[in-house]
Amino acid sequence: MTAAITVNDLRKTYGPLTAVDGVGFEVGPGEIFGMVGPNGAGKTTTIECLEGMRSPDAGDIRILGLDPRRDGYELRERIGVQLQQSSLPDDIKVWEALDLFASYYRKPAPWEPLLDELGIADKREARFSKLSGGQKQRLFIALALVNDPEVVFLDELTTGLDPHARRAMWKLVRAIRDRGKTVFLTTHYMEEAEHLCNRVLIIDRGRIVALDTPEKLVANLKAETRIVFTAAEPDYDPAPLRAVAGVTRVDVAGDKVTVTGRGDRLVILVVNALDAQQARFRDLRTEQPSLDDVFMAMTGDEMKPDGGAK
Amino acid sequence: MKGLVKLIWVEFKLYMRQPQAAFFTLAFPLLLLFMFGSIYGNKPTPFFGGRGMVDVSTPAYIAIIMGSTGLMSISIVVSTYREKGVLRRFRATPLRPAAILGSQVAVNYVMTLAGTLILVAGAKLVYHMRFNGAVGAVFLGFTLSTLSFLAVGFLIASVARTSRVASILGMLFYFPNIFLSGATVPKEIFPGAMRSFSKVLPMTHVVNLLQGLWIGNPWGKHITELVVLAGFLVVGVVVSAKAFRWE
Repeated sequence: MTAAITVNDLRKTYGPLTAVDGVGFEVGPGEIFGMVGPNGAGKTTTIECLEGMRSPDAGDIRILGLDPRRDGYELRERIGVQLQQSSLPDDIKVWEALDLFASYYRKPAPWEPLLDELGIADKREARFSKLSGGQKQRLFIALALVNDPEVVFLDELTTGLDPHARRAMWKLVRAIRDRGKTVFLTTHYMEEAEHLCNRVLIIDRGRIVALDTPEKLVANLKAETRIVFTAAEPDYDPAPLRAVAGVTRVDVAGDKVTVTGRGDRLVILVVNALDAQQARFRDLRTEQPSLDDVFMAMTGDEMKPDGGAK
Repeated sequence: MKGLVKLIWVEFKLYMRQPQAAFFTLAFPLLLLFMFGSIYGNKPTPFFGGRGMVDVSTPAYIAIIMGSTGLMSISIVVSTYREKGVLRRFRATPLRPAAILGSQVAVNYVMTLAGTLILVAGAKLVYHMRFNGAVGAVFLGFTLSTLSFLAVGFLIASVARTSRVASILGMLFYFPNIFLSGATVPKEIFPGAMRSFSKVLPMTHVVNLLQGLWIGNPWGKHITELVVLAGFLVVGVVVSAKAFRWE
């Protein structure tokens, strides 16, 4: 199948600032493709170039075979867009917005079912200014789906939402993909990219630093697994654990024991050693490396939950 | 096209949901009419060239409506839409830019016309206003005047960086225009200096043009007004086209 999105050597500068510096990638049909990076990494510039909202300085973009600059209006018939910074008139009602946006397209989808699917059917008559942040986002997603698009662009969909609303959004995005649509999203939440995306592009200072499935990104990091438990006896002796194959270090802080190491059988070996030692323990859990660790390793920066690198 | 028609309809509903805009366009001119009408009545007087207060004031109050839609409504709505990102959201659809801006012109033109019809109906019914002009000519004069005020409104929206600045600029133009142009208070009672100053205000020319057409003056008597208003229209459109920003 041909790619839904093809980008080659995309570049964009704002005065002295290089926002996007030679970015290229392909997105296959039916994929949820995520672009992650700190604020100012070039995510929004990239997505806006793809949507035709911004013109790149250089590079080639094809969305569904169309050039966003040259075939902008034709492309907009076939894509759905949720913008990071946009709004609707304060006094417009939810149903009016959907009805209005549907009228902009040659082949609109029926918008009534969207109200139900997005859980805003009870807000049908509510004015835009009276909606909560999550409800506004839902309405914007509904507007992005009102033309039954083939590719949907979501720019920082869950920024500013509470964890509950964020998880609900993830479900919605998966439902969009399950309807056969390609989803291109940006986020600065690593957790979001990890849970939602088939493939993740990590961008930093306008350049791609990594591009793969979340699993492979984490696996390629070759990071160590950590096993954490609470020792039931006050004078627990960690010496036998240090002898276990694959274990690189054992730290004891009070009754908290942290075992760090590598290998697929690490957890089994450690638990067996504890059993052989007849040690009593509770709250044993393992900590796998996450995309956060990948990001830190790739960029030397730490992703902050509030967005932006430190 | 379907999108444009729906957008105009929705914008019309939104206009009616803003109480202050609907008040200044639809109700305020009628209140002026009743206020001055109840004080002075509409008896013909030599002071107004053999016409009554209401006969002279009605076309002048129409200019106030144009001030409300042109200087206030359109500039504030367009600059607010830009500031909040409504224009951005519209631009992400296949809707053409001309349709987005055209819908604002259409709605404000229709609201100006609606305010005018309400005012004229009130003046006719309550004060038996006299009208000696040609409806077609008045309509053309009305249309030129309204479009030229809407163009000035777009100019304000184009040069103002924020909606706050736009609304301050709008008011800064609105109040001198309605009080010093003869739109609210007849120019006949102005002292000489004020009368000369009023010439620089675009609304003065709307008042002169509509009052002239109201009594059946030929176009030839209003070349100055036509040139000035066409000038504001052209300058407004050209400057807006150059300076207008979508975000």
